[in-house]
Amino acid sequence: MKKKDLTKKCKDIRIKLLKTLNKAGSGHTAGPLGMTEVFTFLYNDFLKINPKKPKDPKRDYLILSNGHICPIQYVVMSDKGFFPEKELYTLRKLNSRLQGHPHREALPGLETTSGPLGSGLSQACGIALGLKRDNKKNKVVCLTSDGEHEEGNTWEAILFAAKYDLNNLIQIIDRNNIQIDGYTEDIMPLNSLSEKYKSFNWNVIEIDGNNIKQIEKALINADKKKTKPTVIIANTVPGKGVSFMENKYEWHGKVPNDEELKKALEELK
Amino acid sequence: MKKDSTRAGFGRGLAKLGEKNKNVYALTADLGGSTNLTSFKKEFPERFVQVGVAEQNLVTVASGLAHIGKIPFATTFAVFSPGRTWEQIRTTICYNNQPVKICSTHSGLGVGEDGATHQMLEDLALMRSLPNMTVIQPCDGLEAEKAVEKIANHEKPVYFRLNRQKTSLLTNKKSSFEIGKANILKKGEHITLIGIGPVLVESLEAAKELEEEGLSVEVINMHTLKPLDKKTILKSINKTDLVITVEDHQVTGGLGSSVAEFLSQVKPTPMKMLGVEDTFGESGSFEELYDKYGLSKDKIKKSIKKFVEEA
Ligand SMILES: Cc1ncc(C[n+]2csc(CCOP(=O)(O)OP(=O)(O)O)c2C)c(N)n1
Ligand SMILES: [Mg+2]
Repeated sequence: MKKKDLTKKCKDIRIKLLKTLNKAGSGHTAGPLGMTEVFTFLYNDFLKINPKKPKDPKRDYLILSNGHICPIQYVVMSDKGFFPEKELYTLRKLNSRLQGHPHREALPGLETTSGPLGSGLSQACGIALGLKRDNKKNKVVCLTSDGEHEEGNTWEAILFAAKYDLNNLIQIIDRNNIQIDGYTEDIMPLNSLSEKYKSFNWNVIEIDGNNIKQIEKALINADKKKTKPTVIIANTVPGKGVSFMENKYEWHGKVPNDEELKKALEELK
Repeated sequence: MKKDSTRAGFGRGLAKLGEKNKNVYALTADLGGSTNLTSFKKEFPERFVQVGVAEQNLVTVASGLAHIGKIPFATTFAVFSPGRTWEQIRTTICYNNQPVKICSTHSGLGVGEDGATHQMLEDLALMRSLPNMTVIQPCDGLEAEKAVEKIANHEKPVYFRLNRQKTSLLTNKKSSFEIGKANILKKGEHITLIGIGPVLVESLEAAKELEEEGLSVEVINMHTLKPLDKKTILKSINKTDLVITVEDHQVTGGLGSSVAEFLSQVKPTPMKMLGVEDTFGESGSFEELYDKYGLSKDKIKKSIKKFVEEA
C-alpha cells in the first residue's frame, strides 16, 4: 500500500479504536494507540495472512505476547476482513468473540491466548524452531512490550532464540517507556535494550515505531538476515495521536469516556 | 447500601498495620494501585518494594525478607501469583516455613471484563495442597481489613485471596474474625450452606428468600479454608444432614472438595457443590458471569431447592 494511504488508514484505525474502547467501557488505550502503525503495516504490507483462510499452513505467524493491547489487533483485523466492523462494539461484553484479552479459540486469526505477560516470545521460539527444522519458509513475528522485559520468561526465550539461531524469528518490542504503576525506568530500569540484545547475540534494529517508512525498512532488513534472530526495538509514543494521552502512563489501563472521546476525535480529524 | 471490595479493605488494614508494626513490608509486581498499596507506599516508602512485572522474584524476595524477621505482604493478581509462582512458594516459603503473606486480588469470575486469562479459579486448590500454608478468603471489605493484623501475627505462610468487585457488607465492626473459626451468618434447620468470599452475599440473599418460602438454610462463612473449621461444620450437619457449598472457584480442589474430603470420612452427608465446573470463564460484567455460571442469588436459590427436593 502507498505510504500516503497507509497514513490515512492509521488515522481511521485510531478513530475506530477509540470508539471501540469507549463502548467497551474498560480496557487499555495507551499501548494500542502507540502500536497503530506497526499493526497496520504488518497486516497490510508484510505478513502473508488470508482472512478467508486463517489456518493456512503457508501463513506467517503473528504472536501477540502483550495481550492487553489486543484492541488494536482487533480493529486492524476487522479492517482486513476477518470479521464485521460492528462486532468491534461487542469487545469485553458477555458472549463476545472479542475477549478482554485475546483468546485463541474465540476468534479465527488469533494464534495464541495472551494477557499474562512474558510467555509470548517462548511460544514464538517454539513455532520458529519447528518451522526451521522442517525447512519451512513461514515468517514468525512476535510482538512484545518493554514491561514484559521484567519477566524472567522473556529472558529465557532470548537465550533460547540465540542458541537455536532462529533467523526466521522477528521480535518487535513496543518500547514506550510506560507500564501500569509508572514509567519503566522508575518501576524497574531496563536501560538500553539494544545493548542487552546485542550481548545476547541478536540482530538489533532500533526505529521510531510510529514512522511507517522506518517500520518498512526495518522489516525488510530483518527479513534478509541469514543468521541470528532479529529484534526491532520500536520506540513508540504511548497514547500517540491524542495530546492528552501521549506519554502518560495513567492511560495504560483506562478508556476514554464520552467527553474524552469527543475531544480525542476532534484532534484526529 | 454501602459497597466495598475486599482488596480495598486489605489496603486499609495494611496501611494501619504499617504504623503499628515496623516489620511489615509491602511488595508488588507493577500492580500496586490495583492491589491497594497506594496509602502504604505513601506512608512507609522505606518498607515498600516494587519488583516490576516479575512475580517469581516477588515471592522469592519476600521469602528472603521473612528470613531476617520482616513480615512481607507480597501482592499481585491471583492468576500471576500463585498462578505463576507456585513452585517458588512451595519451596522457598512453605517448605522453608517462612511467614510470607501471599495477598492476591482479582480472584474468580468476579474480575469481570478482563476475561478468563485474568479470572483465577484454581488458586484455592493450588494453595490448599501445600503443607504449612494457611488459606483465607474474606467475605467483605471489613472482614478483609480486620484479617490483615491477624494474618501478620500468624507466624506461618498465608494465602490471602481477595476480590476486585465491590459487594455489600455481610459483617460489621463488632463481628469477630479468628483464623480457623468459621462464622455463622444465618441460623437454619433444614440445610447447611457453606460459602467462601463475597459470593456469600448472593448465598445469604438466596437463603433469606428461601426462609420466607419455608426452607430454613443455615449459612456459614468459611473464611478460613485451611485449617478447616470441622467443629462448626459437624455441629451444623448434625442438625441439617444436608450440605451445599458455594465458591467463586473451580468445584475441583476448593471449598467443596475440602468439605467433602472431611465429611466423607467422618460423616458421609448428601452434598451439592456450586462453583465453576471444569471450564474457563470469559469477559462480561461480574453480575452477568455469576448468573451464567450459577452463582447469582437466583441460580443459587434454584440449586438449593432442586437439591433439597431430590435429596
Ligand atoms: C505476568 C503478568 N503480570 C502482571 C500483569 C499485569 N499487567 C498488565 S499490563 C502491565 C504493564 C506492563 O507493561 P507494558 O506491557 O509495557 O504496558 P504498556 O506499555 O502497554 O502500558 C502489567 C503489569 C500481567 N498482565 N501479566
Ligand atoms: Mg510499555
